[in-house]
Amino acid sequence: MRKFLLLLVIVVIALGVILFQSSTHEPAPLVSDNVHAYELNNGMKVLVIENQRAPVVVSQVWYKVGSSYEPEGLTGVSHVLEHMMFKGTPKHPAGQFSEIIAANGGRENAFTAKDYTAYFQMIARDRLELCLEMESDRMRNLNFDEDEFRKELEVVKEERRLRTEDVPTALTYERFNALAYANNPYRQPIIGWMQDLNTLTLEDARTWYQTWYAPNNATLVVAGDVDPDQVFELARKYFGGLKTSLIPRLKPRHEVKQYGVQRATVKVPAKVPYLIMGYKVPVLATVAESWEAYALEVLSGLLDGGNSARLEKNLVRGRELATSVGASYDLYARQESIFVLSAIPAKQIATDVIEAALKQQIQDIQATPPNREELERVIAQVIASEVYEQDSNFYFAMQIGTLETVGLGWQKKQNYVAGVSAVTPEQVQQVAQKYFVDQGLTVAVLDPLPTDKDTVSSDARVGEKNER
Amino acid sequence: MSVKICSKMIALALALLLPSLAQAIPEIQHWQTDNGSRVVFVPVSGLPMVDIRIVFDAGSARDAGKSGLAALTNGLLAEGAGGLSAQQIAERFEAVGALFSNNAQRDMAYLGMRSLSEKKYLDTAIQALGSVLTSPDFPAEAFARELAHMKVAAESRQQSPGDIAEEAFYKAIYHDHPYASPVAGTPQSLQGLSIKDVRAFYQKYYVAKNAVIAIVGALDRAQAEALVTRISAALPAGERADDLPPVPEPDKAQEIRIDYPSQQSHIYVGQPGMKRADKDYMALYVANHPFGGSGFASRLVETVREKRGLAYSVYSYFMPMREAGPFLMALQTRSDQTEEALALLREELANYLEQGPSDAELQASINNISGSFPLNLDSNSKLLGYIAMIGFYDLPLDYLQSFVARVEAVSADEAHAAMQQRIHPDRLVTVVVGNGGAQKP
Repeated sequence: MRKFLLLLVIVVIALGVILFQSSTHEPAPLVSDNVHAYELNNGMKVLVIENQRAPVVVSQVWYKVGSSYEPEGLTGVSHVLEHMMFKGTPKHPAGQFSEIIAANGGRENAFTAKDYTAYFQMIARDRLELCLEMESDRMRNLNFDEDEFRKELEVVKEERRLRTEDVPTALTYERFNALAYANNPYRQPIIGWMQDLNTLTLEDARTWYQTWYAPNNATLVVAGDVDPDQVFELARKYFGGLKTSLIPRLKPRHEVKQYGVQRATVKVPAKVPYLIMGYKVPVLATVAESWEAYALEVLSGLLDGGNSARLEKNLVRGRELATSVGASYDLYARQESIFVLSAIPAKQIATDVIEAALKQQIQDIQATPPNREELERVIAQVIASEVYEQDSNFYFAMQIGTLETVGLGWQKKQNYVAGVSAVTPEQVQQVAQKYFVDQGLTVAVLDPLPTDKDTVSSDARVGEKNER
Repeated sequence: MSVKICSKMIALALALLLPSLAQAIPEIQHWQTDNGSRVVFVPVSGLPMVDIRIVFDAGSARDAGKSGLAALTNGLLAEGAGGLSAQQIAERFEAVGALFSNNAQRDMAYLGMRSLSEKKYLDTAIQALGSVLTSPDFPAEAFARELAHMKVAAESRQQSPGDIAEEAFYKAIYHDHPYASPVAGTPQSLQGLSIKDVRAFYQKYYVAKNAVIAIVGALDRAQAEALVTRISAALPAGERADDLPPVPEPDKAQEIRIDYPSQQSHIYVGQPGMKRADKDYMALYVANHPFGGSGFASRLVETVREKRGLAYSVYSYFMPMREAGPFLMALQTRSDQTEEALALLREELANYLEQGPSDAELQASINNISGSFPLNLDSNSKLLGYIAMIGFYDLPLDYLQSFVARVEAVSADEAHAAMQQRIHPDRLVTVVVGNGGAQKP
């Protein structure tokens, strides 16, 4: 529940930039510092990050599709399809992909989110070709077997029970989200409603695959000890010949106006209450003035960027109202999003007291711009994390893949530190005033019911992102 | 045809894997400080950053009946030190972009830091870290607050069927051994902790001879030595913690059913497993891999998930600890499938103990473990965790260099024999938490 700036941060890549040449030939690569960008003739993007610190490589294939692309009634189909992607092709039958990667000392998995679905392998650098061969095969030739589908759907339902149904805070978050948005597809759970999973068919999954899985809707990101031009050659060899699809244009589902505070209560067996509240905010991809998005990012740092930040300082220490607190803002979402505040109250503290205290923290900023020193602490963490994040190929590649897939373009990574550093105290105050209003507020509370654990059988001694 | 492609690719794997390994494995430098701390260090240039972890034999195994004391002590270190408040300490770290971290487990408790290596940042961060390490104040209000937080956290674990199952499992396999109680304490045990307990625990266990200091990053040897001196010279020498008692062998099977209003049953089956320094460590580690330790390549996933769709997550592991850590098989399944899944788990174990791994399974596992070894060392943070573990458990300094050869030396017979000798299917502990708990047949 705490992270933010430190996780969202980016590397400044500020060297010379060669622009795309538009022609019928494959364009010259766009190189910026250690990110090398290519495009295949069929429209597939290839982004390569050189990093020679270890003889390994991360390969990720990103598709522009996720839960926010799903119509109502079909929620969860992107994630179920992600599971089906391991069920084989005519060339590599079910299970063989994983078997080959494992035998070659690799690790692999996949993840589905609101705005993307991605498949990855981590492996010795000289094994990259295996990954690309098999990824290209399953991009266009996936098997759809009814038996496999039925079993895998049961696995996904177990996943939903494990991650959501039996986790009171996750259930609260799901309801919060569904209430907060009226028509923005971010209201839908990534894993899907159980009812939709119960009625999902093999045909639904196949149609989803045929609609969205094509080279012109995909980006390959490779990071590690590799030669970028060689990676590009391999990518051309395996993906260059794949047919394109006509990718549908999504109907707009931008959030309609909200007219007042929205509230939900979740009463389920639990032990500890929980409060989650959020305000509708723009994101970098939707905002007219990009400084607003960076100011919201700084605001999340001021509130929750480390143990010295305001929520920890004032609510956990200070007034001792909460045992844990969080603030989060998704700068790189595809659509308008929510700035979320959450808290687990201290013993005997009512959730409405926490709600008032969180609002007070916002009101303080609305009334008085933060001081310079506080802002500088946020920026210092951003600059440091720009170094730290390079310790992980996987994370770095994920940043690049996300930016490209939500439509911002990977080059936006270069703007991050400058964007955050340029934010003034007054700008933080302005976004707090503009967006943290009742007409954008949703509050959900977990109100525990007894767990009845005391009626135990005789010998008992009681003592956002879904991966495959 | 596709099978042919597969075996060809596996053959390729065998032939090509090793050459790329050698250069990836770093040498660990080692020395001892004047006051008796053991230091492990790997210089890594390339990124201007430093990771430090100071590990003490001060985990919950040292709670001595006061469950939660080790975690509480560890959690209070940065809540006031050297006259600085928690807020001031956090500001010192964060103003230079440093990340402070701390954690307590059963064997170890540690604190650590990631910082930029540039002197003006590192100096500030090191000074704060030194204070937290050597002169925590344990202010009364921080003690009360932290304890209150731990009580809420202990309650919230009681709303997680997985946490309830884990706690019951440890209690059942460890009986009176110090590993039995939960690291973060129980609502009842926390009630009895005092600030005096915390001070005494700190004075006894947070001492130089009981510490391993691990460093990875952009420093040379002289800089690393100077850094170690700065943070730890003020630690009293003290004594290394006593040996823990050995874990008794299980004597009988036990089945524990706990009713909980969840949709799934959480099933834990296991027994005490192996020590970090166990003579059969590698054989058991390799033996578990094809059984339940290799994800989609494992028998458990194949049988329970791929063939029957009974669970999202199913696995087994040996967790090696100073004394015998647990061997555990676990899954979660819809309540009405509880008995079917539990029977499968037991049947798979019985089959595996009888047959052992096939030669092909064993070879695939060895290829995977050795081939993926560089992935365990491909970042400073992973390297830090590894060398801290090597230092803490007194493993040989060439542990990383010899790892692949030791994996490859394990034969199918050896793996099979070790598994048969160690695992006692007639003396396993079974814990089921969920509505399935009420439906005992």
